[in-house]
Amino acid sequence: MNDMTPTSAERAEKLQGMGCKRKRVEDIRFVQGKGNYVDDIKLPGMLYGDFTRSPHAHARVKKIDTTKAAAVPGVVAVITAETLKTVNLAWMPTLAGDVQMVLADGKVLFQNQEVAFVIAEDRYTAADAAELVEVEYEGLPCNVDPLKAMSANAPVIREDIKDKKEGAHGPRKHPNHVFNWQAGDKAKADEAFAKADVTIKEMIVYPRVHPCPLETCQCVASFDKIKGELTLWGTFQAPHVIRTVGSLISKIPEHKIHVIAPDIGGGFGNKVGAYPGYICAIVASIVTGRPVKWVEDRIENLSTTAFARDFYMETEIAATKDGKVTGLRCYTVADHGAFDACANATKWPAGLFSIISGSYDFPAAHVSVDGVYTNKAPGGVAYRCSFRVTEAAYAIERAMDIMAQKLKMDPAEFRMKNLIRREQFPYTSAFGWVYDSGDYQTALNKAMETVGYKQLREEQKKCREAFKRGETRELMGIGLAFFTEIVGAGPSRNCDILGIAMFDSAEIRIHPTGTGICRLGTKSQGQGHETTYAQIIATELGLPADNIAVEEGNTDTAPYGLGTYGSRSTPVSGAATAMACRKIKAKAQMIAAYMLEVHDDDLEWDVDRFRVKGNPERFKTMTELAWAAYHEVPPGMEPGLEAINYYDPPNFTFPFGAYICVMDVDVDTGSSKVRRFYALDDCGTRINPMIIEGQIHGGLTEAFGIAMGQEIHYDEDGNVTTASLMDYFLPTAVETPKWETDWTTTPSPHHPIGAKGVGESPNVGGVPCFSNAVNDAFAFLGSTNIAMPHDNWRTWTAADKLGLHK
Amino acid sequence: MIPGSFAYHRPSSVKEAVGLLGSLGDDARAIAGGHSLIPMMKLRLASPSHLVDLVGVADLKGIREDGKDILIGAMTTQHEVIASDLLTKKIPILSETATLIADPQVRYVGTIGGNVANGDPGNDMPAVMMCLNATYHAVGKSGERRIAAREFYQGAYFTALEPGEIVTAIRIPTPAAGHGYAYEKLKRKVGDYATAAAAVVLTASGGKVTSCSIGLTNVAETPLWAEEASKILTGSALDAATVKKAVAAAEAITSPASDSRGPAAYRTKMAGVMLTRALGRAKARAGF
Ligand SMILES: Cc1cc2nc3c(=O)[nH]c(=O)nc-3n(C[C@H](O)[C@H](O)[C@H](O)COP(=O)(O)OP(=O)(O)OC[C@H]3O[C@@H](n4cnc5c(N)ncnc54)[C@H](O)[C@@H]3O)c2cc1C
Repeated sequence: MNDMTPTSAERAEKLQGMGCKRKRVEDIRFVQGKGNYVDDIKLPGMLYGDFTRSPHAHARVKKIDTTKAAAVPGVVAVITAETLKTVNLAWMPTLAGDVQMVLADGKVLFQNQEVAFVIAEDRYTAADAAELVEVEYEGLPCNVDPLKAMSANAPVIREDIKDKKEGAHGPRKHPNHVFNWQAGDKAKADEAFAKADVTIKEMIVYPRVHPCPLETCQCVASFDKIKGELTLWGTFQAPHVIRTVGSLISKIPEHKIHVIAPDIGGGFGNKVGAYPGYICAIVASIVTGRPVKWVEDRIENLSTTAFARDFYMETEIAATKDGKVTGLRCYTVADHGAFDACANATKWPAGLFSIISGSYDFPAAHVSVDGVYTNKAPGGVAYRCSFRVTEAAYAIERAMDIMAQKLKMDPAEFRMKNLIRREQFPYTSAFGWVYDSGDYQTALNKAMETVGYKQLREEQKKCREAFKRGETRELMGIGLAFFTEIVGAGPSRNCDILGIAMFDSAEIRIHPTGTGICRLGTKSQGQGHETTYAQIIATELGLPADNIAVEEGNTDTAPYGLGTYGSRSTPVSGAATAMACRKIKAKAQMIAAYMLEVHDDDLEWDVDRFRVKGNPERFKTMTELAWAAYHEVPPGMEPGLEAINYYDPPNFTFPFGAYICVMDVDVDTGSSKVRRFYALDDCGTRINPMIIEGQIHGGLTEAFGIAMGQEIHYDEDGNVTTASLMDYFLPTAVETPKWETDWTTTPSPHHPIGAKGVGESPNVGGVPCFSNAVNDAFAFLGSTNIAMPHDNWRTWTAADKLGLHK
Repeated sequence: MIPGSFAYHRPSSVKEAVGLLGSLGDDARAIAGGHSLIPMMKLRLASPSHLVDLVGVADLKGIREDGKDILIGAMTTQHEVIASDLLTKKIPILSETATLIADPQVRYVGTIGGNVANGDPGNDMPAVMMCLNATYHAVGKSGERRIAAREFYQGAYFTALEPGEIVTAIRIPTPAAGHGYAYEKLKRKVGDYATAAAAVVLTASGGKVTSCSIGLTNVAETPLWAEEASKILTGSALDAATVKKAVAAAEAITSPASDSRGPAAYRTKMAGVMLTRALGRAKARAGF
């Protein structure tokens, strides 16, 4: 070797593999406006659909007259439940084992529910005609309060199942009851509470919010009558699931359905489920024989397709007087709206809510969740979190603060005392989850040192004294959150969707010239998959990331997978990618041994090549081996260099983090300003630090939106009052605080590359951190729990109740 | 979010515009920047059959001095208000207010005429115009007339304009040099209408207020001119007790709606807080 030969380190750097801040390859098209989204699709003869929607939250539909709408020039057809009944599609199954009306069948159950679908030559005509569908309603009493849903005189929402004593998840105790789900050991938890020195109990509410992706839900359905085949382009986070469910519902054989998810403009859980718009577009295309496009507008998005949260969590902690937690109980009422259209793994009606013991060593714990029906839109998706994990994290992180307050302990000290210790991993929680790895104290210590936690508390003390003396009208709040997530659904023993195990997949083909393509069962909605999966391959196979194309979203070409949500892409498909690489590498090693005339075992891997042990000048690079795979494979070996892997993870992964927020609250207006926000995340092995940082910035911004102002609010009559961006708080760059990010690295021991998933951590940890900061500002005045969202008037009201405006 | 169908007209003179509005009847609407009207059309809260676009009417543009007044053409954009040296020097409350309206994109297109003529209590300029005692020049089929801003607002989206009449210019008596002013607006985010806002213009001499005028935004069906509060403050040294009295008088004339910005009682209180803060800043600017 001469001096010009690149070192291993130099060669590794060129690959842009794991650990590299590689620029996002998809951004080249996105920043130039060259993305290809559903609404960019224009097919010859394409028609447009639009809905007539219910102005009422609960009413009987006496009559629907479509004559006037149908007579508008340019209208091709108007579909109602009666039309859908002829093809048995007036109702559709939900992912949660319930059924949902596609178009109002006899009754409407929430405001803006789909009543009729108008199909026209252009969008404008469709919108004009949708206004002309005449519907005769007879109003019914409505209920939008989940805590009243199971009272004796509550209006019955679901007449179709009112006498059913057994639901998809066991016995029902009221016509508006969806399910009861429990986890943990009740007797043991009760005993802990009976013996406890100190207990707290607080109703902690996580209001109904909405993922609100920039691109709304939409699809184009095109049915080819000659071939009997359906092509469906759509905003699908899980295209294969849509194909299978679509086939089961429509009876079109699955191989004759082609589902394609092109570029997606954000999903955050909103695009997991199946919606009436998809079914109506499909039926309309079958009926008319022409492609049909359906595009939701912002109001429709916020008020009808998949909301999140709406959990009412009565949370209790038991502890010793010196601050050791001994028990946890939580009774939750979950508002599912009019249909249970939750996007959870099918056996988990409350998702992974039993992660509620969080990062703490609780010896005993129990949760019980009652799902109820109300006159609100259906949904209950995981908005940038694993199923119900952010609800759990909010409840425990709020409750830990409340207990610390009662014990007169500093919330950081109280957490530190109860965190699961490093030597306890793998740690089995009171709910039976086996946490894979963690080093919590190190993370919390690093966070506290970086922000200067002690000094902040001293400053706060001075600020409070000045406030009491009347020298300032601002209060300083310090919020803490130490969260543990459970992501990467999931092990097939735990998780399935309608019976399909929640594995995921990667198929890699290396071409003769040493470039290649990787296709996966996941689907990026902005997470940067095209960039990061290629980096895993770069490191595993020693081929430059730039030489790997990554493709997702086309069910005809991608291997079967369950899609992207619940931070599962890296834990599951990322693992499948590494495993498929390893199959390829094993074959390449055999080819190398044959070419170098040595035994397989005499070779060792060196960044991008196999070399002979002890004789590093004899080597074959991966690029050379790719060429060889197509023309000089060992006798008896199949040519080609490709592999596929379906990865069924042995366990979930458990990312964690320590967040700290410093907030200043103006007690006279109730407005607050985030002075500082520090987020330390541990997501195991870090594939692309820049993408991680971007994900954290985005997730924190959403968390800020949720904690400080987002709410899908219904008035008493069931009118949704916050269904536009005038009132639904989507922070702009101006309101968004500056984010400081940091990390520790504790790899997952069971994942092939040790990665845990990170996209959702900031939402899970961010929300309690902001909320704890606002609460902390007022805690010294005896306030225990101010409810979200912490918008100006609510904060002002809290201050008012504490007598601060006298 | 798709408007109904409409015909589009683009006159080049005031006469032609007024003629079109007159002949096309009730279903015709003037459109200026379109940043209030088009959202309403998308929500189908407004469905005009004809839009008469004023953007091609050159006479409606421009800012100039006219004796003791300043005249602002109705089609002057909010951005042009901010960029105007004359206004920044002579009536700085206008650019302070304009920068609190929406975002730069909206301000490049939205006009001051549209803002004052719209009649939405959430618009920021009307209360400022009442505070400044501005007069609107209106032209209709029966010619030109002048309407005082303080008499112009009659209800939500209901103004003194006759059908077919347009605002051509806004006339503002130039405030005395060295006056104190402030516009304080509480909002939830960029692009939000006020939870409550207060405009103050005052003059002082010898440590006493010699004149004071107060406008309030979005705390009633119309913008408000707080005459009583203004009177209470005139002659005072803006001492805490008098300010408190004036704030109570201002709060007393509010009747805000409860909405997602907060319940009515909160919004009334916020009008008081905004006024207190505006008075504080105006006082400092007036140099006492
Ligand atoms: C996101 C967003 C945020 C906003 N936030 C604010 C805010 O915080 N504060 C605020 O004040 N405004 C706000 N606006 C409204 C904005 O300032 C508008 O531009 C303004 O209200 C109307 O001006 P325009 O030129 O756009 O009028 P248009 O929308 O064209 O017209 C509005 C109405 O006035 C009538 N009209 C227009 N010009 C005349 C005229 N010369 N004579 C008679 N009638 C006329 C029209 O017929 C119509 O009824 C916001 C708008 C948006 C889109």
